[in-house]
Amino acid sequence: MFFKKLVSNKMNLIFGLLGLIILLFIAIPLGKMILGSDPGKLLDSLLDREVIGAIWLTLYAALIATVFGCLLGVPLAYLLSRYDFRGKRLLEGLIDVPIVVPHTAAGIALLFVFGRNFFIGKIFGHLGIQFVDSIAGIVIAMLFVSVPFLIDSAKEGFNKIDIRLEKVARSLGASPWQTFIKITLPLAWQSIVAGNIMMWARGISEFGAVIILAYYPMTAPTLIYQRFETLGLSYSQPIAALLIIVCVIAFIVLRMLVSRRNKHD
Amino acid sequence: MIRLDNLHVELGKFALIDINMTIEDGEYFIIVGPTGAGKTVLLETIAGLNSVKKGAIWLKDREITDQKPEKRGVSIVYQDHALFPHLTVKDNILFGLKLRKKTSRELSAAQEWLADLLNISHLMNRKPRTLSGGERQKVALARALSTRPDVLLLDEPLSALDPETREAVQEELRKLHRTLKNTIIHVTHDFEEAMALGTRVAVIGEGQLRQVGTPEEVFQHPNSEFVARFVMARNILEGVAEKRNNDYTVFRVDGMELLSTSAFEGACRASIRAEDVLISRKPVVGSITNCFPATITQIVKKGWIFNVTVSLPPEVICLITRRYFEETKLEIGQPVYLIISPSSVNLFRG
Repeated sequence: MFFKKLVSNKMNLIFGLLGLIILLFIAIPLGKMILGSDPGKLLDSLLDREVIGAIWLTLYAALIATVFGCLLGVPLAYLLSRYDFRGKRLLEGLIDVPIVVPHTAAGIALLFVFGRNFFIGKIFGHLGIQFVDSIAGIVIAMLFVSVPFLIDSAKEGFNKIDIRLEKVARSLGASPWQTFIKITLPLAWQSIVAGNIMMWARGISEFGAVIILAYYPMTAPTLIYQRFETLGLSYSQPIAALLIIVCVIAFIVLRMLVSRRNKHD
Repeated sequence: MIRLDNLHVELGKFALIDINMTIEDGEYFIIVGPTGAGKTVLLETIAGLNSVKKGAIWLKDREITDQKPEKRGVSIVYQDHALFPHLTVKDNILFGLKLRKKTSRELSAAQEWLADLLNISHLMNRKPRTLSGGERQKVALARALSTRPDVLLLDEPLSALDPETREAVQEELRKLHRTLKNTIIHVTHDFEEAMALGTRVAVIGEGQLRQVGTPEEVFQHPNSEFVARFVMARNILEGVAEKRNNDYTVFRVDGMELLSTSAFEGACRASIRAEDVLISRKPVVGSITNCFPATITQIVKKGWIFNVTVSLPPEVICLITRRYFEETKLEIGQPVYLIISPSSVNLFRG
């Protein structure tokens, strides 16, 4: 039916062909990587403790970054959605800067601030938290480059809520906290969850900022790069395929959970 | 009683200026005005949802100007009902009571009372998106009444409804007010709605209070051109008034003299409702009324009503029924007589 409609209109047909090119551009490399991997080498990678450790580290460092991003970013998203003030545009632009700067540059900027020579790094150092070549460094690198996705998505979610729902809740006796928890959050949760998934995904894929701050312990993208540089394509490919498979499974499960909850609502 | 003293509210570029009014306990008070007049801003200010720059709001004997919305005992119902979409009807109407940590017995009693009051017992387990406009309005009213507010605020509650449902909800509101006898402040842009429901009406325009009175007073005797235009008086003339005796004033416009029962002196304006202007083929003799020869200049059919413009001069618009129009066989250019009762000539400072 869809195909029939597509073919019956010239413009749609051309758009469809153009779209097909970009779809193949995305699908072929991913498919080649996964399907083209030697099953033996893939199994070897599964049994390689360094590979499994790197993938595990990547997943949970991205998760920690997402938890911090959610705790710090969602309140900011709410304020940006509800209030207009002078300089708001500038602030929103600033939040999106990490998306556009080269991530190696972001890593260097973070190294300046959280390294041992700047007061913030020194304060954390006194508290026993080091950011250079540590999990904390991986987490802040991931946080920096991926938190804009969460803030933007949560803000969109808050924007979609009719502000009068909050006003009615207040007039019925709800405090601002109660209104946020009982009305705003349940209505924006889908966008917030989507933002969290986006942030987690972006965190997992982060490479540039991470290698500047923390080459060790090695995350999966760093390990892929290191194996590619030292051992060649055939040794890095199974790790990359494994990381993609793990991520795809995780996202499918999360998406299913979100859409199931949505249907129940 | 709710009292607004010199209320001044600023919201971006819009401002409510010096609003003074008193609404008695149990009154069905209507705030009416065109779009953008500041009606909703005023309502939300009473609910505590906007901050007050100057002035005070009193509810009974307590000042609530800076009190938080949740502490005021004032409930609001919006035009599109603003039901919580993620909650069932039951959870919507019990929202306020659950916040007050009522026992399950109290919640059941309240649910039963509200379900009976608004006839919504069959809707309890449904989600708002599955309800019709009228049902949503009833649920929104039940939710607002659940906390037994001192004042119920209604923001254009009938505007989003189709004409038939509007009629039914209007009757529901009348019944609720009769039963509960609570104070209701109802905002609308529709003067007919104000006439049908209000015990008193306040007209607001461009952030200012223009007139307060019974619907009939405001309708028949607007005190300014703004109010006269808003209540569709149609004929607004500029002239000079001079007192003739204790009962009548003479209003002179374009060389014509109109008798009025309004007491006024000097330069002023007159508003005459189009439906109060009669057209006749013969002059009226004997009684004290305004009767002038005139010529029909325009006839506009508006369904079952005709707008007929006649030139004295000045030009005056009158409304006549289709039946009368057909009986009298009126035509453009035809000479007729215009009859206006002196009590229909309302004078005000221009």
